[in-house]
Amino acid sequence: MKRFFETIVEKILMASGAITSLTILLIIIFLFSQGAGLFNTPVVEEGYKLAVNPENPVSDLTPEEIKEIFDGEIVNWAQVGGDDEDIVVFRLNDVTSYVSEEELGEGYSLLPQCLSRIVSENKPIIAFLPDTYIPENFSGKILETGDIKPSDFFAGEQWFPTSQPAPLFGIIPLLLGTLLVSVAAILFALPLGLAVAIYMAELASTKMRNILKPVIELLAGIPSVVYGFFGLVVIVPMIHDFFDLPVGESGLAGAIVLAIMALPTVITVAEDAIRSVPRTTKEASLALGASHLQTIFRVILPYSVSGIMAAVVLGIGRAIGETMAVLMVTGNSAVIPTTLLEPVRTIPATIAAELGEAPSGGAHYEALFMLGVILFIITLAISITVEFISARRPKQQM
Amino acid sequence: MKKRVLILLSLAISLSAVSQKLKGSDTLLPLIQKEAENYMKKGKGSVSVTGGGSGVGIAALSEGSTDIAMASRKIKFDEKLKLQGQKKTPVEKIIAYDALAVIVNPSNKVSNLTREQLEGIFTGKITNWKQVGGADMKIVVYCRETSSGTYEFFKESVLKNKNYMAAALSMPATGAIIQSVSQTPGAIGYVGHAYVNGKIKTINVSYDGGKNYVSPTYQNAKSKKYPVVRPLLLYYTKDKEAAVKGFINYIMSAEGQKTVKEIGYIDVL
Repeated sequence: MKRFFETIVEKILMASGAITSLTILLIIIFLFSQGAGLFNTPVVEEGYKLAVNPENPVSDLTPEEIKEIFDGEIVNWAQVGGDDEDIVVFRLNDVTSYVSEEELGEGYSLLPQCLSRIVSENKPIIAFLPDTYIPENFSGKILETGDIKPSDFFAGEQWFPTSQPAPLFGIIPLLLGTLLVSVAAILFALPLGLAVAIYMAELASTKMRNILKPVIELLAGIPSVVYGFFGLVVIVPMIHDFFDLPVGESGLAGAIVLAIMALPTVITVAEDAIRSVPRTTKEASLALGASHLQTIFRVILPYSVSGIMAAVVLGIGRAIGETMAVLMVTGNSAVIPTTLLEPVRTIPATIAAELGEAPSGGAHYEALFMLGVILFIITLAISITVEFISARRPKQQM
Repeated sequence: MKKRVLILLSLAISLSAVSQKLKGSDTLLPLIQKEAENYMKKGKGSVSVTGGGSGVGIAALSEGSTDIAMASRKIKFDEKLKLQGQKKTPVEKIIAYDALAVIVNPSNKVSNLTREQLEGIFTGKITNWKQVGGADMKIVVYCRETSSGTYEFFKESVLKNKNYMAAALSMPATGAIIQSVSQTPGAIGYVGHAYVNGKIKTINVSYDGGKNYVSPTYQNAKSKKYPVVRPLLLYYTKDKEAAVKGFINYIMSAEGQKTVKEIGYIDVL
């Protein structure tokens, strides 16, 4: 009977392991399957086409060029390889300034013909038209803009996901913003965290340690939105006044908030590493006449360096994935950061802020899932690094 | 026993017949929740309301996981195509209007701006307050997240579909914009007029090149003098019309519209 019971417990344990792995695998598959469609999506918003006059020599435009034309930054066809003529931008709403209501017919039934005529009569026009209003015998030239290329995504420097007619999904500013904030955060968190870990493992009395430990664990339990609000109301104005910046929301504010959030991870892992130094090693050092501090810096720290590295990498991992706190304090402007004192936009913040309103299954939605894939790959790389570092045996000789 | 099951079953069916789900825009969420509360108090049926964003709501409508989608922007062309592809015709209902106020830090001397100046500021062509009659101070532009209906509407109405400058700071929520504008001297941003409070100053906007500047108040929005006003919408599919009619009629009634006004939006009566 007892035997039977034990077998059941063993099976339950095995099943929970299998279910967990399966769930993780399914999530990963889901992430990739949702994101993969991005590179089969046309550059111009689905359901629309860009058309020019048939005599116009320009036959293709990059997404950046399309955006600049419709923003009025490129104003002459010569700038994109055409004739020296001022560009006329046409959207469907402009139709009434070209033709009268009567010409459009009952219920706009003649709209396709009118559009066709407008495009063929105006040489410098570029028209942004819905597919359904392009007639079979359309006399304009449809631009061949193709699908979104991987290079547009991975090497693009502009993130304008809702730009019409052609959204821009360049991840470089987001990727650099994420890395900058996370690395800066760990640079703040490491010295402080290491100091606390050494103090707690080696110097603090049991009583002190019993107070400190729960406090640090409490730090890990505070919801991240609380950190975010604290950052927005306290840290952001401080940075604004201290550096005399036009705006306080910056990578630095994000890094400080993330550093505070990564501290518990760094402290806990580093303290474990320091505690795992064999008693004999410590005693040997002390017996040779080294002081306590000398022992800490010359023997204990070098011995536990792999554990401390693991703390660093886990801390970065914590910082990279953090969403809400960063969203509130970094200002979220998608420009390539040059210093820590400017606003930056991170990948998790972008996903959290934009996914809710992105039309499901559209290019924007897929691009956000691709961002998720990239975040996943970064965290995977970090976990592999941790495995690798902590598996390394401490050096036998100092 | 059998009879009891039957009663329970019929009860469940009749309950599900009048219960309806709404999903979508977070702008509309507080309003619709309040309406649903009052509606249910009258015992006319049960209504469940969830947020998530206009895009989520409309996607749920085409998946059939909601009866009504709440949207703070008009349905997009491809979303409409998707619904039509499933042989569903979306029906649009304007239930209220929301005026967007352009806000600056109270220490800012500027109080009048034209649409053209606003376009210049938000697209990054005007970068210093002295270019629009203020102090020599860098302009810091705050906007809502790219995906919010507020962002889209402001872009359409004020920027004439041009893109915001890349360096604009985007904030996840209206509260965060107010907090940031109140603590940054050179800041400019926009929020729904119901959120305006003493920590920030509103800008009088002119859409006629500087002839008339109008302040974003309830009266001006109601009389259509204030130009930056957007509709708040509900979408449902034609085939579900009978089921959702009761709740929508309640919102459109004098009592429902009173709630609209209480929450801080502009009623359609």
